[in-house]
Amino acid sequence: MNLSPETRRLPNSFENPRLIYVGAEAEVYRARWYGLEVVVKHRIPKPYRVTELDREIRLRRTVREAKVLHHSKRNGVPAPTVYFLDLENSIIVMSYIRGVRVRDLLDKVSPEERLRICRLVGVYTARLHKAGIQHGDLTTSNMIRAEGGRIFLVDFGLSVFTSDVEDMAVDIILFKRALASTHYKLFQECFDAFLRGYASVSGEESLKNVLAKVEEVERRGRYVVRG
Amino acid sequence: MKKLLCLGIEGTAHTFGVGVVSSDGEILGEAKSSYIPPSGRGIHPREASQHHSRVAAKVLREALDKARVEPKDIDVIAFSQGPGLGPCLRTAATVARALAVYLDKPLVGVNHLVAHIEVGKLITGAEDPLILILSGGTTQLLGYEDGRYRVFGETLDITLANCIDVFAREVGIVDPESPWPGPAFDKVAEKGRNYIPLPYTVKGMDLQFSGLLTAALRKFREGGASLEDLCYSLQETGLAMVVEVAERGLAQTGKRELLLTGGFARNKRIREMLESMVRLHDATLHVVPPRYATDNGVMIAWTGVLAYESGLTLKVEESFVRPKWRVEEVEAPWVLNRRKTP
Repeated sequence: MNLSPETRRLPNSFENPRLIYVGAEAEVYRARWYGLEVVVKHRIPKPYRVTELDREIRLRRTVREAKVLHHSKRNGVPAPTVYFLDLENSIIVMSYIRGVRVRDLLDKVSPEERLRICRLVGVYTARLHKAGIQHGDLTTSNMIRAEGGRIFLVDFGLSVFTSDVEDMAVDIILFKRALASTHYKLFQECFDAFLRGYASVSGEESLKNVLAKVEEVERRGRYVVRG
Repeated sequence: MKKLLCLGIEGTAHTFGVGVVSSDGEILGEAKSSYIPPSGRGIHPREASQHHSRVAAKVLREALDKARVEPKDIDVIAFSQGPGLGPCLRTAATVARALAVYLDKPLVGVNHLVAHIEVGKLITGAEDPLILILSGGTTQLLGYEDGRYRVFGETLDITLANCIDVFAREVGIVDPESPWPGPAFDKVAEKGRNYIPLPYTVKGMDLQFSGLLTAALRKFREGGASLEDLCYSLQETGLAMVVEVAERGLAQTGKRELLLTGGFARNKRIREMLESMVRLHDATLHVVPPRYATDNGVMIAWTGVLAYESGLTLKVEESFVRPKWRVEEVEAPWVLNRRKTP
């Protein structure tokens, strides 16, 4: 990717930074940092906001994302390890997860492996929800199968601490939608495995409650699920 | 193919409007009249509807005269079926039903928000935009996907325009030339220099403004901050929330156009901020001019054409108004049909 001078705003402490993703609020680089392979997430200043507000928003979200990463790991959900926070520049330095995105391998692996992955994602999602965390962008692009087979959740940029069952329902809807749109042939078995994993942590009663909410939110029609 | 003529009647809130539009998108004539609430107050639904029934005949006549057509030349009658204030909707619907029965023409019920979008596309030439509707009653980010316009993000409590209007009224900002305090508020906000921190509430793609309003009013009552700085800070915070959600929408959908419409599209600062934001994403901003961004009959007439061409007519006896009609409930088959035949 071509870097314009404006986007090349990382401090010098990073060796060989390569831009791997540009989102609405952040630029994500892969780089070497004191001998470690890292991912650097830089929340960039927005020219349309007044400076004070802009700084406050970026600071607050950087801190929140780091907190969520920490709490996810503590609650048994594999996620990148935070190495360093540069609050002056709204930068999070975290471990690089070597592996393949679940999105890219789900229809290529054996049926047993596929069900294992989906079930694990269900387990991890329920653990997040039990800890009062909504992932906020739970798609198969944000899940990585690392070498050795561990499944990691990444990109907690939209995550929030919440106890609202509707927020949990939105996670499930986003995952369901991702499955339905990119892995439509495998949709039913994958989603069932996900739900079984979810229920093994949450219990059947909680699963029923959140699925009722899923149905309610879907009826409002905001989230298109292609069958 | 013979050109169709559609007469559209708008009456969801303060404005009663009539437009006459042909099936090739030519605007033949239009007229409107707006209910003006007493200074310093908002819309009273019953009084607004009484205004509408008072002016209906006059506005109808004026639009037809301007269009130089006789009632019998009209092919389709469209009306704003919802969402909106019940009494206002019923008045407009009554006028539309009477015309349809009297002239023996088909009746089409139009969703007010879809109409805002369609007239915006007609006027600006935008093809497949992300749409931001900012008006007294609506704060929504939408886009066409899979047969319908979908809401990507919206306010979960009050609208942005409502937040600013209520604040302005509470602190006594009045515009002598307008029933709405918006323009006067802008003038005060322009003089502000110091940013006072206020709650900024974005939840994913959704927004909340009531906390912002409460905090701004509390700071005003406590004193200490100048009114100019408070207006400036309220405006900067509220608008930045909307622009951020629009930016996220652009990044997620990959759309290359952003269409801004609704009465609040007049606000200079929102246009400036959106202009600056779309540049970051190589997208184009289309701003619908005030005449068609605020409620009008033309938008209903044009959407009436589109819906009628797709066979979406209503029986008079089933033409109930729908005050809470969600935009996702509306099928919009014409979007693809029109794209196939350029």
